[in-house]
Amino acid sequence: MTLTTHSKMARPVSRRAVLGGAAAAAAVGTLNAPFVLAQPARLKIGLMLPYSGTFAALGNNITDAMLLAINEKGGKLGGREVQWVRLDDESEPSKAAQNANKLIVGEKVDILVGTVHSGVAAAMVQVAREENATLIIPNAGVGAATGALCAPNIFRTSFSNWQPAYAMGKVAGERKHQNVVTITWKYAAGEESVQGFKDGLAAGGGKVSKEIWIPFPNDEFQAHLTEIASLRPDAVYTFYAGGGAVKFVKDWEAAGLKGRVPLYGPGFLTDGVLRAQGAAAEGLETTLHYVEDLPNPVNQRFKADFKKTTNRDVDVYAVQGYDTGQLLVQGLEAVKGNAGAKREFYAAMKAAKIDSPRGPWTLSKSQNPVQDFYLRKVVSGENKFQSVAVKGLEDPSTGCRMA
Amino acid sequence: MDWLFFLIQVLNGVQYGLLLFLIASGLTLVFGILQVINLAHGSFYMVGAYLAFWLVSQTGNFAIAVVAGVPLAVLLGFLIERLMIRFLYERDHLTQVLLTYGLILIFNEAQRLLFGSDVHGVPTPALFTASIPLTDNLQYPVYRIVVSVICLVLVAIMALVIQKTRLGMYIRAGSTNREMVQLLGVDMSRLSTFVFAAGAGLAALAGIISAPLSSIYPGIGENILIVCFVIVVIGGIGSIKGAFIAALLVGLADTFGKVLVPEFASVAVYAVMAVILLWRPQGLFGRA
Amino acid sequence: MEPAPRLVNWLLLAALVALAFIPQFADRYHIQLLTKIMTMAIFAMSLGLLVSGVGLVSLGHAAFFGLGAYLLALLSPAGEGAAVWWILPVVLAGTTAAAFLIGALAVRTSGVYFIMLTLAFGQMLFYLFHDSKFAGGSDGRFMNFRPVVTWMGDDLISLNDRPTLFYVTLVLMALSYLAIGVVMKAPFGRAVLGIRVNESRMRALGFNTYLYKLVAFALAGGMAGLAGFIYATQYRVVNPALFHWRESGLVLMMVILGGLRSRLGPLVGAFALVLLEEALQSLTDHWLMAMGIFVIAVVLLLPDGLTGLFRRKPKAAEAADA
Repeated sequence: MTLTTHSKMARPVSRRAVLGGAAAAAAVGTLNAPFVLAQPARLKIGLMLPYSGTFAALGNNITDAMLLAINEKGGKLGGREVQWVRLDDESEPSKAAQNANKLIVGEKVDILVGTVHSGVAAAMVQVAREENATLIIPNAGVGAATGALCAPNIFRTSFSNWQPAYAMGKVAGERKHQNVVTITWKYAAGEESVQGFKDGLAAGGGKVSKEIWIPFPNDEFQAHLTEIASLRPDAVYTFYAGGGAVKFVKDWEAAGLKGRVPLYGPGFLTDGVLRAQGAAAEGLETTLHYVEDLPNPVNQRFKADFKKTTNRDVDVYAVQGYDTGQLLVQGLEAVKGNAGAKREFYAAMKAAKIDSPRGPWTLSKSQNPVQDFYLRKVVSGENKFQSVAVKGLEDPSTGCRMA
Repeated sequence: MDWLFFLIQVLNGVQYGLLLFLIASGLTLVFGILQVINLAHGSFYMVGAYLAFWLVSQTGNFAIAVVAGVPLAVLLGFLIERLMIRFLYERDHLTQVLLTYGLILIFNEAQRLLFGSDVHGVPTPALFTASIPLTDNLQYPVYRIVVSVICLVLVAIMALVIQKTRLGMYIRAGSTNREMVQLLGVDMSRLSTFVFAAGAGLAALAGIISAPLSSIYPGIGENILIVCFVIVVIGGIGSIKGAFIAALLVGLADTFGKVLVPEFASVAVYAVMAVILLWRPQGLFGRA
Repeated sequence: MEPAPRLVNWLLLAALVALAFIPQFADRYHIQLLTKIMTMAIFAMSLGLLVSGVGLVSLGHAAFFGLGAYLLALLSPAGEGAAVWWILPVVLAGTTAAAFLIGALAVRTSGVYFIMLTLAFGQMLFYLFHDSKFAGGSDGRFMNFRPVVTWMGDDLISLNDRPTLFYVTLVLMALSYLAIGVVMKAPFGRAVLGIRVNESRMRALGFNTYLYKLVAFALAGGMAGLAGFIYATQYRVVNPALFHWRESGLVLMMVILGGLRSRLGPLVGAFALVLLEEALQSLTDHWLMAMGIFVIAVVLLLPDGLTGLFRRKPKAAEAADA
């Protein structure tokens, strides 16, 4: 792949653009247009990611970092040229099944990569299982993907919602908080996160006294903050991301709870929104599998290269995209680019050792990363590494028959 | 929950209800006088919120957002009434619903084109960033009180205008019997335009002053629109007084629903509506 | 609503036969798309029954579509497919009963109140499924296995097979179309049409108009539930967006686009709107803008919808039909 096509990708040209093979672009979506059959020489990879909506920045960082990893190895996968088919999933679960169908069945991609939103990813898992298609999830932490719905053809390069929450719970537990309140949106990701936190907290000897659930994506927190104050907890755990995270951290300060009650959360509470949160975020402690100031050389090189190609700063999403690229490189190298040789292809990916900016990691039996989680703290507007909260943490993968 | 926290929650509920009233009052008047279902009314709230975001990020001054934003919204309301709503007066409800539904799609997409799909925030005006300590671990942001005061002042002004002035008399009469008022020589066409534009301005003002309290995101107008429909139905179509009481009811039901029955908080509002309509199918102050 | 003219009937039959051959040459993606369109057609026909049959404009009709889909997903056992013989009647009864309950309140009102009440009840169901745990919250739920059609322990047909599901949907769509025709020709349908034209006269004639409208509302709800059942069977995933009033607005648009004065209208509207949506989506990121303009244009320029284009002269007084 040349750099020209790459820079083309950085611009959201249209809803779905085909990279490196523009001919097929017109085929999707119209009833009578003839499909262009994939040329045997080219590997066809579908990218189903958010390129519009709240998560657009995440989708772009994942895409660009993934291409960066592949371009570092010459831009080919297992010696084959790659044709990318990009589709904006809009983070809209109601369209997810049909969109995944469009790529897997309609476009006949060899590999599908996606996505950010847990609900959309869960639908993709469902379709991938039914069609026995190869799926790599570069972000969404929905537990079932490598839990009850795990399958040999489904891989994840990011995290499970349980993981960072467990790490935070363990830290809070070691601090002996006996009266912890959790507050989060009421959706699968929030529930899995609170479960992880409770497991970690129990391991450390702490206890959750009250769970507050707010309908997603409601962000009128005033009544709940009043309730929290009346409960007088030792600490509060919260799972918000994006706009909700900005709002919650600011309201938390305005309600006068900041400095009086410790606020914990997984790293998504601050990642990508620190600037918008401003001074309200100062001192926040979070856990995640990445923090920008990790000293390892891979991270240093990645930060510089990503900045050079995209003129943006890295974040955890870019790291996950980069590792997705690395996983593809290693897996397809082993089968000389023949993604159809599934048994060998999957075995190679499963055995891959990823030398990531977040530190080295491998895949578990359920094909979710086994990785270190770091405790971070916001110091003068930046997340700073504090300590390793949990080393080599593996998701319990409840319900997975492969685990 | 001890009594102090109970009172604070009442305060939260009333504040939310007052804000809802600003939007619902315009909606109910447009129903009452123009006899048009305007699904796009929530879009004016969205316009206000995004105007606040845009003007504050350009000028850094929240007062400018209020002073410039409201007239812009009124102008927009004026244009839409003259160019589109005007043609709906004699059409059936179905046509009105679909046409204003189309308007929503256009408004939402225009918003995406202009501001993108990111979630935005507006900082609290510097003058009102303080918080009043209520208990040892809870403060009440001054800005929330300011919003409530603004709403109350507007409620008082509206009450005065509607009860004491000639204009108010036309509005009251017009929402009862449009044809009769027209026969009496009142220019209903101008009155309609005025009501529609004023409603747009009120909704936009609500959007502007609530911008620092909530984040601004695509579709923000639709969520609040449905709640305001509920208010209008509970209060009785065309009744300002009804809308006021219903808005407070809904604000309190929502706030206490969140705390007491969190799983069914959003449903609580609709349950209140269902009960009231069982009792009075035309709403609290509606005419059968 | 008037009976379709003879020519239209023949064209319809031809289109049906043409549709039946599509799985022979279309690829699986397009079979899937057409199945979805036919599902939407059933949904639109159910609303058409209300709007053009009774004159009730519901802006919450997606509630019953969503409910049908959720009932199937929630009641299906985790380890195997539910047998169609019991699950389909249960879903239909459930959605019809829900429509009956909501209708009992909503039908008491008319005009603006009816529109807003249906809208509010639709949103109430949306939030009920959106906020509560049993339904999977905003992410919705998955169904591990599609319903099975068995007889004496053997699978008769497999709904996992895309062409099979396509044909099943096609048959159900045709049956729905015929069923509406039968209902509207029956004394019940005549009475309902009379109510649409002049309710107070019907009441004066001794008809319990409330009951007639309520039964029509419940029937329409049950039929929307059938569409939801097929939707969930096809995609095996349900989420609260199915209930959302945007869906209700969209399906209302299908009815209008097709034309209120023809029984075929909703069907034609469903095909036209979904295909238009697909086309616009592949053309531009901002397809909703185009859609909005299209909606307004149709409302202002095509009051009789697409089927109105094929009509030679507008019928003046429909009251004569009643």
